[in-house]
Amino acid sequence: MLHIIVCIKQVPMVSELPWDPKTGTLKRETAQGMMDPSARRALEAALQIKAGVGRNQARITAVSMGPPMAEEILYEAKALGADQGVLLTDPCMAGADTCMTAMILGKFITDHCPDAGLILCGAMSSDSETAQVGPQLAEVLDIPAVGYARRLELVHDCVRVERHVDDFMEVMEMDLPGLVTIDHAGESDLYTPRYVPLAGVEAAFNAGDIRIMDGKALGLNKDFNALTSSPTKIIDVYSPVTRKENRVLTGAVKKMVDTLFDDYGKIISSAMGKDLKTHDHEGDV
Amino acid sequence: MSAEKLIWVWADYRNYFQSRVTLQILARASVLAEKTNAAVCAVVFGDKVEAYVKEYIAHGAQKVYVTDDPSLRTYNVASYAFLLTALVKRFAPETLLIGATRFGQEIAPRVAKQLDTGLTADCIDLDIDEKGQLVQVAPAFGGNLIAKIITPHTRPQMATIRPGTFQELPHDDEAKGEVVPVPLPDTMPSPRVRCLKSELHPARARKIETADIVITGGRGMGSKGKFRKLFDLADLLHAEVGATRPVVYADWVSSEALVGQAGKHIRPKVLFSFGVSGAIQHTAALADARFIVVVNKNPNATMMKLADVAMVADANQVCSGIIRALKQRIRD
Repeated sequence: MLHIIVCIKQVPMVSELPWDPKTGTLKRETAQGMMDPSARRALEAALQIKAGVGRNQARITAVSMGPPMAEEILYEAKALGADQGVLLTDPCMAGADTCMTAMILGKFITDHCPDAGLILCGAMSSDSETAQVGPQLAEVLDIPAVGYARRLELVHDCVRVERHVDDFMEVMEMDLPGLVTIDHAGESDLYTPRYVPLAGVEAAFNAGDIRIMDGKALGLNKDFNALTSSPTKIIDVYSPVTRKENRVLTGAVKKMVDTLFDDYGKIISSAMGKDLKTHDHEGDV
Repeated sequence: MSAEKLIWVWADYRNYFQSRVTLQILARASVLAEKTNAAVCAVVFGDKVEAYVKEYIAHGAQKVYVTDDPSLRTYNVASYAFLLTALVKRFAPETLLIGATRFGQEIAPRVAKQLDTGLTADCIDLDIDEKGQLVQVAPAFGGNLIAKIITPHTRPQMATIRPGTFQELPHDDEAKGEVVPVPLPDTMPSPRVRCLKSELHPARARKIETADIVITGGRGMGSKGKFRKLFDLADLLHAEVGATRPVVYADWVSSEALVGQAGKHIRPKVLFSFGVSGAIQHTAALADARFIVVVNKNPNATMMKLADVAMVADANQVCSGIIRALKQRIRD
C-alpha cells in the first residue's frame, strides 16, 4: 500500500481580497480562504496515482498547517477523495517562515506517517510564492526531491518525473520515499483539478473527521514559537507605490491617438526598437 | 580562516538566461561589498568551466571557488547542494546569493535548510541596513505586496534574486581575480535521483512573459472577429497578445494567452490594454509593466486607474486608430 501525503495550504482568495483603495493595502485578515491552486494540482496528481494503482493499493493523507479556518480546505480535500485530513494548528505555529513550516510538517510526517512513500506539494503557493517549503521538507525528512513536475509515473519502487526547468526538458527517476512538487498549469496539462462534488463536501462536513493536532499533540517543545524560531524576520510590508501620471484622454479617437504618439511616442518607439515620427500631422484632414 | 567578509554568488551558467542572472547579481554584490567592506566571490561547479570563471572575474568577482569535475557536467540538485553546503561551512561567507531560476529556487532552499539559515525568495532589491545586515526585498501576491526581510541571527544571509532585477557590469578584460580550486570530495551523496534525460528546449523566440511590448484585450473588444485586430497591431508593434479570462473562456483566443494569476505574468516596457475592466487576478500579473496605456469606455474601470495614459473610448476604435497612426509614423 502506497501512502501518499499531500501538503496543502489555505491562501487568501485573491479575487475576493478586500482592498483598501486609500492605502493600497490588502486587508488579509478579512480575506476569504481557498485551497492554494498549486496544492490543488498536487492533490489531483495524488488522486490520479491512486486511481492508477487501484483504490486499495494507495492511501492519501492531506495535511495542512494553518489557522483553525484552514480546516475548510481539508474537508474539501476529503470530498475530492483524500482518505484522511489533518490540520496542524496552534498559535505557536503562527509566523513560521519556510524553514519552520518545513520543520513542523516534517515532524508530523516522521512521527505519524512513518509509512509515507510519496510526498506531494504544490510548486509554489499563490500568496507568498517562495517555492521553498517542498525542497526544505525533503531536506528535513532526508529524502530525495524533484521540483516542478508536469507528469508523474510510478515505476516499480521509483517515480518517474517529467519537468521543464529553465528551458530544459528533463526526465528524472527518483527512489521512494521521495518528494515531488507539482508545477503550475502548462501545455498538455495533466493535473487540472477536478470539480469538488458539493454532496461530497457536505458528507465530509457531516462526518466531521478532520484530525486536529496542536503543538503538544505534535510533540513540539512547550515554549516553541515559530515566529521567533524562524531564521528570517519580516521587518516591513508595504504596497508598492505606483506613481503613475494617470493622464486621462477623452474626445475624438484620432485626436487621442495623436496625443499618445506626440507625447509618449519616444517610450513606445524605444520599446519597439524602431523610429517613430512624433510630430507628424500631415495626414490630418 | 581569515576574518575577511565574503559575499558569495552561486554561478548558474547553463543557458544564456542563467548566465546573465549570475552577472547581474555579481554587479549588485559589488555595491553591497563596498558598503560592508567585503569581497565578492563566485562559486562555480561543473565540467570544464574555465571560460565561466574568466567571465565572472571580468564582471566583478574578486575570487572564484571552482570545483571542476566530469561528474558535475549535468546540473544535479542533490550533489550541487551538498558541495555548496560544504563550501559554506568551510569558508563561512556572510551572504550567499543565488539567481531565482527554477534550478536556483530548487537548490537554494535545500542549502538553507542544511545550514539552518534563512532564505528569502525571488528578491527584487537588496540593500545593507545601518547594522550592516542584508535587507532582502521580496514581492508577494504577484507584486501587490512587498516585504523587507532580514536574517538577524544566522549566517549566511541567503536570498534568491529575480532575473532582470540588476544591471550587469561592463565586461572588463583587465580585471584580476583569485581562483581557488576546490577538489571534489571523496564521498558524494548516493544518487537517489537519476537524470534520464536533460535537453535544452529553448522556448519560442518570442514569449509574452519576456516581451517588451504586450497588448492585452478583454471583453470590451466586442467580438472574436474584432479581437483579431489586436494581432494586426501586435505585428506592427512587434508585440505579443495576451487576454483576460472571460476572453479565453469565450474562446476568442487560446488559453496560452491568458494573463493572470492562473496564467502568464508579464513585465513589458509598454503595455496596451484594450477593453479590460481589471479584475485583480489579471492586474496582479502585470504589476511589473512599466508604461501602461489603457483604453476603456468606462472611465471608472479598475484598469484605468493603473494607466499612465487612460483613453476613455471604444477599445476597438482606438485599436484601429493606433494601427492607422503607426502605418504613417513608422520609419523603415
